[in-house]
Amino acid sequence: MKITFAEGLAKAVYESLAADPRVVLIGSSFMGLNMTARKLMEPAVRDYSDRMLVTPVSELALAGAGIGAAMCGQRPVVDLGTGSFIYQAFAQVANEAANIHYMSGGQSSAPVTFYCLAGMRGMGAAQHSQRTQAMLGQVPGLQVLTPGGADDAYQLLKWCLLKSQNPTVFICHSLLFTETSEIAADEPMLPVGQARIRRQGTDLSIIASSITVPRAMAAAEILDKKHGVAAEVVDLRSIVPLDRETILKSVAKTGRVVIADECHKSFGVAAEIAATIAEEGFSYLTAPLIRVVVADVPIPFSQPLEEELTVSPDKIVAAALKVLGN
Amino acid sequence: MTDLISFYEQLWQIRLFEGHVQRLAASGEVPGFPHLSTGQEAVAVGVCANLSDGDTLFSGHRAHGHTLAMGSDPYATFCEVIGRQDGQCQGRGGSMHLVDVSTGMLGATGVVAGNISLAAGAAWAAQVKNEMSGAGKIAVVFFGDGATGSGLFHETLNLAGLWKLPLLFVCENNGMAEFTGREEHSDVAKVSAFAAPYGIPAETIDGNDVLKVDAAAQAAIAAMRKGAGPYLLECMTYRMAGHYVGDAQHYRSKEEMAKMKEKDPIERLRLHLLGKGRTAEELDAIALKAKTAMTAAVERARKSPLPDPATVMDYVYSADFPGRQENAQWN
Repeated sequence: MKITFAEGLAKAVYESLAADPRVVLIGSSFMGLNMTARKLMEPAVRDYSDRMLVTPVSELALAGAGIGAAMCGQRPVVDLGTGSFIYQAFAQVANEAANIHYMSGGQSSAPVTFYCLAGMRGMGAAQHSQRTQAMLGQVPGLQVLTPGGADDAYQLLKWCLLKSQNPTVFICHSLLFTETSEIAADEPMLPVGQARIRRQGTDLSIIASSITVPRAMAAAEILDKKHGVAAEVVDLRSIVPLDRETILKSVAKTGRVVIADECHKSFGVAAEIAATIAEEGFSYLTAPLIRVVVADVPIPFSQPLEEELTVSPDKIVAAALKVLGN
Repeated sequence: MTDLISFYEQLWQIRLFEGHVQRLAASGEVPGFPHLSTGQEAVAVGVCANLSDGDTLFSGHRAHGHTLAMGSDPYATFCEVIGRQDGQCQGRGGSMHLVDVSTGMLGATGVVAGNISLAAGAAWAAQVKNEMSGAGKIAVVFFGDGATGSGLFHETLNLAGLWKLPLLFVCENNGMAEFTGREEHSDVAKVSAFAAPYGIPAETIDGNDVLKVDAAAQAAIAAMRKGAGPYLLECMTYRMAGHYVGDAQHYRSKEEMAKMKEKDPIERLRLHLLGKGRTAEELDAIALKAKTAMTAAVERARKSPLPDPATVMDYVYSADFPGRQENAQWN
């Protein structure tokens, strides 16, 4: 069956609430301001409202409550709303949740999911456009998942809610809501920690995650049709665990890399991938790699300014052509 | 009467444990900056006496007393404080991050107020289970008066009142936050005053009277087990040692230090027991028993092995972390 990213999220939530009475939603704005998408949550509200808690504006305490409940056997999802608001909860996520298993010498686990809608959503300006996956990827003890397609929105969220044993930051992107995938009813999930090859190719590897996945796919199509270039698109699916093996395998195959990521250039996700390739895949490269990322600028409000910064298919194409020596 | 004898022994155990930590820290054997609860023992003992299996406890950075009062093995606790393998956390937590899940002590935190919201989560989980089974379990969180400056304290009070969580907030108000007095931190003298705006009942008591602490905790917890909702118990107490070991306490006067000896919870229980017909010999024997046990525990801990550096990567994630094996090379 074909589902949209938003449908995948709603389906994962509903099926998880149905499957396990320990699953609870702390805060339930899951779909942000998208009114169409919010309708998708209505079955869950109808059938499981007792496990969908309405919450005050207290991200810090709610994150902590989620952690404490998870330590005591519940499986909470803390909806932190817009990705930027994870900053309100940062101390609890990064300094409590992440450390619990290690600091306790393995006595305690906190299988809590921190859900947010992050990224440049269009006219969100500086405070509503944050991308926190690199910062959080720097915190040992957290899992950071970044689905880039409807299939992973469904599978990864359901995995978080039902199976994960570690604290997880689940980073969605509202501009992905209309992306579609085919999912089969009994299809086994691609294991967490494995990247997904969205498009096979031999000339160039485009490493992407979250919103840059459909943009990389669009770029690959342009590269194929207009330039006769066969690009491989690697969808990371997760920042932590990071599938370095698949990245290196792809680079070994193609010898050329473009890394497309929506974090800022400095110290972002693309920086870690570039370092990995430099350390372990240097001999595979036939040209220097290029990062297509967001400049180190707070995201501006006005559309032409924001577009200047956006990681677009055209920018990915231009970088690809440069790497290929054109 | 039996309860009070047990209290007397427990107070001494904590006092002596902290004395050893202080001595060893001064000689450089305890790493970091342990925070001692010397003088505050009655709050831990009086509250924890009213907890049972299935209740959970969270604390702050001054958690040795709470850990022992919950029934942790002094040897394992000592080992953790000095970073040895036999610590409850296998040396990974240390003094400020004591955890003993087997007793319900789910964690200390080095971040002031950091655990208050975690305790709310634990209370919420207990509430869910209570609704199904009628078990009447609760969560307790200990924090100092300094923590009431944190937004997290207020956010959690709001949640606890709103959701009627079975959460006992215990404030050990020793009048000091790090090196400055409470009056320099807040115009609100009594922490219990913060509770009413959030719809939570509260009281302030003499935290150095273990009988008062026990009685107040007993009443609040009994009601809570029946669904009464959260409670804030402010225990006025005194920090006999400094903020941390090595703190020379130049900010406190000699008169102040002399006055605090009068408030000593052990002295006060001793006088009470003598008044009830116990003999000095009997009480001395209990103190000696505690002394022998603590000395044996610390000596054994000092001889115990350090963790193996080759295990440093263990426990970052719980066992079923899905990261591929190959990723291990990156660390």
